[in-house]
Amino acid sequence: MALRTEPIVVNMGPQHPATHGVFRMRVTLDGEVITDLEPVMGYLHRGVEKLAEARTYTQFIPLTDRMDYLSSMSNNLAYVLAVEKLAGVEAPPRAQYLRVIMAEMMRISNHLMAVGTFLDDMGAFHTPLLYMFREREKLLDLFEMVCGQRLTYNYMRIGGLSHDIPPEFLPALKKFVRDMPGFVDEYDQLIRENEIVLARTRGVGVLPRALAINASASGPVLRGSGVKWDLRKTDPYLVYDKLEFDVPTGAVGDIYDRYRVRIEEMRQSVRILEQAIERLPPGEVRSDVPHLVHPPRGEVYGHIEAPKGELGFYLVSDTGIAPYRCHIRPPSLINLTALRDMVLGMKIADAIITLGSIDIVLGEVDR
Amino acid sequence: MDWLRWIIFVVIILAFALSFVMAFILLERRIVGKFQLRPGPNRVGPMGMLQPVADAVKILLKEDITPAKGDRWVHRLAPIVAFAPALLVFAVVPFQGKGPGLGFSLDQPAALADLNVGVLYIVAVSSISVIGMIMAGWASNNKYSLLGAMRAIAQMVSYEVPLVLSIVGIVIASGSLSLNSIVEAQSIPFILLQPLGFLIYFLGATAEINRAPFDLLEAESEIVASYHTEYSGMRFAMFFLGEYAYALGVSAIVSVLFLGGYKFPFGLLPQSFIWFLAKIFLVFFLMLWVRSTLPRVRIDQMMAFAWKFLLPLSLVNLLLVAAEGVSTIGFGWAAVGINVILAIAFVVIWANRFYRVKGVTVG
Amino acid sequence: MSFLADYGYIGLFFVVSVVFALTTVLIPQILTALGVIPSKPSPAKSATYECGMDTIGKSWVQFNFRYYFLALLFLVFDIETVFLYPWAVAFNKLGLFGFVEMVIFVGILVVAYLYAWKKKAFEWK
Repeated sequence: MALRTEPIVVNMGPQHPATHGVFRMRVTLDGEVITDLEPVMGYLHRGVEKLAEARTYTQFIPLTDRMDYLSSMSNNLAYVLAVEKLAGVEAPPRAQYLRVIMAEMMRISNHLMAVGTFLDDMGAFHTPLLYMFREREKLLDLFEMVCGQRLTYNYMRIGGLSHDIPPEFLPALKKFVRDMPGFVDEYDQLIRENEIVLARTRGVGVLPRALAINASASGPVLRGSGVKWDLRKTDPYLVYDKLEFDVPTGAVGDIYDRYRVRIEEMRQSVRILEQAIERLPPGEVRSDVPHLVHPPRGEVYGHIEAPKGELGFYLVSDTGIAPYRCHIRPPSLINLTALRDMVLGMKIADAIITLGSIDIVLGEVDR
Repeated sequence: MDWLRWIIFVVIILAFALSFVMAFILLERRIVGKFQLRPGPNRVGPMGMLQPVADAVKILLKEDITPAKGDRWVHRLAPIVAFAPALLVFAVVPFQGKGPGLGFSLDQPAALADLNVGVLYIVAVSSISVIGMIMAGWASNNKYSLLGAMRAIAQMVSYEVPLVLSIVGIVIASGSLSLNSIVEAQSIPFILLQPLGFLIYFLGATAEINRAPFDLLEAESEIVASYHTEYSGMRFAMFFLGEYAYALGVSAIVSVLFLGGYKFPFGLLPQSFIWFLAKIFLVFFLMLWVRSTLPRVRIDQMMAFAWKFLLPLSLVNLLLVAAEGVSTIGFGWAAVGINVILAIAFVVIWANRFYRVKGVTVG
Repeated sequence: MSFLADYGYIGLFFVVSVVFALTTVLIPQILTALGVIPSKPSPAKSATYECGMDTIGKSWVQFNFRYYFLALLFLVFDIETVFLYPWAVAFNKLGLFGFVEMVIFVGILVVAYLYAWKKKAFEWK
């Protein structure tokens, strides 16, 4: 019995509730099953890389905030680390520890958002998302204490931080670190013990290990596929080599694994925070770097393990006050390239949550 | 006299349906807000109580848009087809029984018409709205609408059978299809006597009125607004109201079939429509609780769940009830004990088998 | 007599509910004619919504909805349940005989059901 059926082509996005911004998937459907998918991006392109050439090194820091606006502090960090490498300066120890604290707080905040919106895509009607907002709110309050901003922080400077933390910051952070593991357990139960979540995520959106490596995926997407690769371990920066933490990995590379990895990373981040608070040395937070940096001629690639994966800044200097060329390696863009392979043959509903599990921010994808 | 009665009941039903639908919309937003650690709408009127009124006025004044490529007439007709049957459900629902009640007594059951095939009537009427959804989905000439309409059929095809089978147990125990007789037969509420039947009916009904976790039809993150993507203004409101009217209808039917309708549990207090309304709110609260807790299932998982999980269970439930009726156990407290234990056992065993067959993937 | 009268009442109630639905839809039309509700049609407004992009291809297609067998089985089982209702009403009068007979009836369907399950009719094609 052969019935003639026709495929339909549907535009998912740019204005779609589940694309987390203005991302478009041109999906060919045979019934509910996806036979082809073509990602279309660039709706949020603002030419950040070109803008860098017309800004001094310091002036560019606020623009990095606007790339991955859910983990601005990590963007700041990746950029200033690259510039410091280029100019050959180093931040004082206190600044290094504070940077680690900020980066890990950012990681927790980002993963809360990622898991929350992912469950939202799955149709959990905002409840998990709003529960996670509760914790994220505490983190945003902490960030506000430090730099007066809740989303775009502009806190890092070349050679350190813009200023020291206020006295009320550490007690509040300690309280957060004390409470957080309990909440993480709560969220973990939400994912690990919910029959519907298991049925929806196990064996769906699988990214095999080899493909993950070939697509140069990074971050939780790569680790979910079972590759133990974390720049904090493999190419340590700041003081990560002095801190103890584990790198969680998944087994199959499906959506479930990616989210297990994110949950586990939140636990590890809390662990890092505990150690960093304990060892936080007194002293300056900014070394003596002139306002206008003139790095020597040369080029440099600086990368960090941002919450979404490897965030890299490639800078070329011609000894001027602005980079001659700046190229950014955004983790969500690279991870997104594997989307098509993950969803072919799946249903629409699977494609949506697979996209959610990659955890993209369009500000970063399009730059 | 009969005509007067008819007019009174039409007014009562319209007032009841509309006021409760308004109340449900507000309650849903407020209660879900509480579940989600936020206040919910609280600005319009005291405690936000005028929010539905404000929404209604706003939606009434919206421009009415018909998509240029769509089928004009089917598109216009669809909301009416989806909404009108929603009210019909209440025609056979008994609000209060014959005889003395709390405050006043009645010489016949308080229902517009106490049909002797009431249950069948409800089953028939409540599946008409799917046709409205299909019409809307097809006429909009929109791909999301089309997908939504196809999901509507899938849902109906899956849930109708277990849903209807689970009521057969009720009919055996009460020996009648009239809703009033079913309420009268519940000296022990049927939820205790047939817990399995209640679970199946509740799940099936949740799917029938497209509420979470079976809200595939309105899966916003997947197919935007589904079959009412292309609707605006009052026509959209018709779908919206119809949906809540069905939720109200299902709450009412669950109260009648399983919770003893207008009777106070175990006859401790005289019968009254107040108990009935309270039970409606209870059932609706249960739906909200489920909605704000669970994520959505996938369409093929939903179908597999209905056909492989609920259908065998509903057959088991049917045979169990029939066997009790034939044997000396009857429908007393002994049956309650047996059925509660068996229901738990069956659900646990069957769920385990169901999920272990292929790892944790449903179906 | 009252038996048929009940249906009459319900029929009239059906008319009332349709009229109610119609008036609710017609009120905005009247208000539009009176100029209370804005009416400024434009091609963009009446275009098909597809996330802000122009639609590709048509949506009135031979849709592959993948549950043909389920739809067929649905018909079989729905009719089965209709047969069960009269039996359930007369259950007390039929006694053991009725019970055994219905077990056989359901049993036959269960065999069909198991066959369908084995043939993977419940899976999506």
